[in-house]
Amino acid sequence: MKKADFWSGLALAGLGAYIVMQARAWDYLTPEGPGAGFFPLWYGIAMIALSLVLVAASVRGGGEKRAVDTLGPTRALALWAALAVSVALLKVIGFAASFALLTYAVVAFLYGKRWTVAAGVGIASAAAFHLIFAVALGVSLPAGPLGF
Amino acid sequence: MDIIGGLWQGFMVALAPYNLLWCFIGVLLGTLVGIMPGLGPAATIAMLLPLTFKMEPATAMIMLAGIYYGAKYGGSTTSILLNVPGESASVVTCLDGYQMARQGRAGAALGIAAIASFVAGTVGVLGLMLVAPPLARFALTFSSPEYFALMSLGLAMVVLLAGKSMVKALLAMLVGLWIASMGTDLFSSTSRFTFGNMEMLDGIDFVVVAIGVFAIGEVMASVESREEGQVLPVPKGLRNLLPTMQDMKDCRFAFVNGSVVGFLVGVLPGAGSTIASFLSYGLEKAVSKRPEMFGHGAPEGVAAPEGANNSETGGALVPLLTLGIPGSGTTAILLAALILWGLRPGPLLIQDNPTLFWGLVASMYIGNVMLLVLNLPLVPAFAQVLRLPVYILYPLILGVSLVGVLSVSGSVFDASMLVAFSLLGYAMRKLDYPSAPLILGLVLGDGMERALRQSLMMSQGDLSILVSRPASAIMLALAVLILVAPLARGFNRWRQKAIES
Repeated sequence: MKKADFWSGLALAGLGAYIVMQARAWDYLTPEGPGAGFFPLWYGIAMIALSLVLVAASVRGGGEKRAVDTLGPTRALALWAALAVSVALLKVIGFAASFALLTYAVVAFLYGKRWTVAAGVGIASAAAFHLIFAVALGVSLPAGPLGF
Repeated sequence: MDIIGGLWQGFMVALAPYNLLWCFIGVLLGTLVGIMPGLGPAATIAMLLPLTFKMEPATAMIMLAGIYYGAKYGGSTTSILLNVPGESASVVTCLDGYQMARQGRAGAALGIAAIASFVAGTVGVLGLMLVAPPLARFALTFSSPEYFALMSLGLAMVVLLAGKSMVKALLAMLVGLWIASMGTDLFSSTSRFTFGNMEMLDGIDFVVVAIGVFAIGEVMASVESREEGQVLPVPKGLRNLLPTMQDMKDCRFAFVNGSVVGFLVGVLPGAGSTIASFLSYGLEKAVSKRPEMFGHGAPEGVAAPEGANNSETGGALVPLLTLGIPGSGTTAILLAALILWGLRPGPLLIQDNPTLFWGLVASMYIGNVMLLVLNLPLVPAFAQVLRLPVYILYPLILGVSLVGVLSVSGSVFDASMLVAFSLLGYAMRKLDYPSAPLILGLVLGDGMERALRQSLMMSQGDLSILVSRPASAIMLALAVLILVAPLARGFNRWRQKAIES
């Protein structure tokens, strides 16, 4: 069984079921023509059918013997977590500081550089972004307690 | 407006100093992102799209298109010097380009790539200029049923060639349709899939999804490995970058082959520049008097695919600018850009916005000349970009992505959605779900639903309207055939072989 296909197929079948349930609560046909539920109902049904085809194919497909790489996905998810934290901090400390922290985390933890290098890259990147986008191009970026 | 008159007007637009400057910035950025593995034109255009909102649409289109075709030029540099394609269309260039570089002929390989790109890129623009206006005039006869059928055909083509598994490609497209449905239904004012969140009432901004799935999803996939490639040295001086007369003689058919194959493949939705470059390489090898040289440093093995992937750009803009149907992820983002600038992509675009269409065509002629001039003498300088450490490059991409999203609405909620869609983009890569059908489903979903509902309003709910009009019936039949044909084993084997190659 191809586990990835099996579980992603099941998840998409669940999403399809959710779409169909929601669509049934909206008008299917109105006197003027199709209602808000018409299109979602049909693509929701298609999603369920295709997901089940994927699940069935993964069950019939036999076992897959693949070396499982955990380090790569861990690094990718660590980057994603750093991004999520920096977005969560946008309103609190502003764009410049949260971007500097994000850069520091990538350089220091993902690429193992010395903290001085990471801090230098973080501060320089944040300053460059502030000057280019906020000052020169006038893009409105969330500001922190220090005003940037 | 005739072609000569249109082109004259286009050059008046494109030669304005402001537009020339943005054309130059576009092709320069395109070359740089083409050189950098892990950052393609789709991601770059998505990231920079919000910054174009204050520009004139013609200027913004000239710049974004410059990124699109400029990336095709830049993509060859990494293929030749690093054996790593800068973008997918340059995969096949690795075969002979890297071998030439290993034999000490990196300069000639880069020179041939630049010349082939220039010749074929120019032919592609010529094709766009000649084919687009009559096609747009023909499409003026289309009504809602034809548009629904056309979008269905476009999506079917993209699904057909998007990945190894058609089921996964179809599912990705359906997820795109679902995301497109989020927000307030404009026909009935019903809130759909908003999860009770007020900020979802306007739906999810296309830019957020595109940047998350393409740009950050790609960075997450790239960051998995800490290794960096070894760059082969580039000879300095223009003389060392010019191919020999014998090289040019060997490549003369490849220039023509790349130009024609690239343009024709580009016009077909879903085929894209990667397939164009493979087809062109395969054709070149098939008709060559020395096929055994291919894969061992044959100059025509560089010229044919590099030409094809540049000519494809002109072809891909034909359905986008005449029918409002994109054929790839990058053209889908360009379509979204046209909509965001307040234009209505479709058969009336050329008639209503001649400045934009002809300005773009003229700027592409100029941009191709700029790229040739940039790429021959400045390749050694561009190659230095490959020495930029990834631990600096990746945070920069994340930063530009965040700024891109924040500049659309200034909403931290959109930034949170970006985080969610970047995880979706990464998961799709890991689970082998192609992202182009999702983006196309998202871009076309709204128009497709509107066309279907308008068709059924016209017929008072009678579905036969979709098949009772000849053009609509033919396109829907083709779409069904495309989706059903892979059930035939022989066809599916051909399809999978084409995608795997």
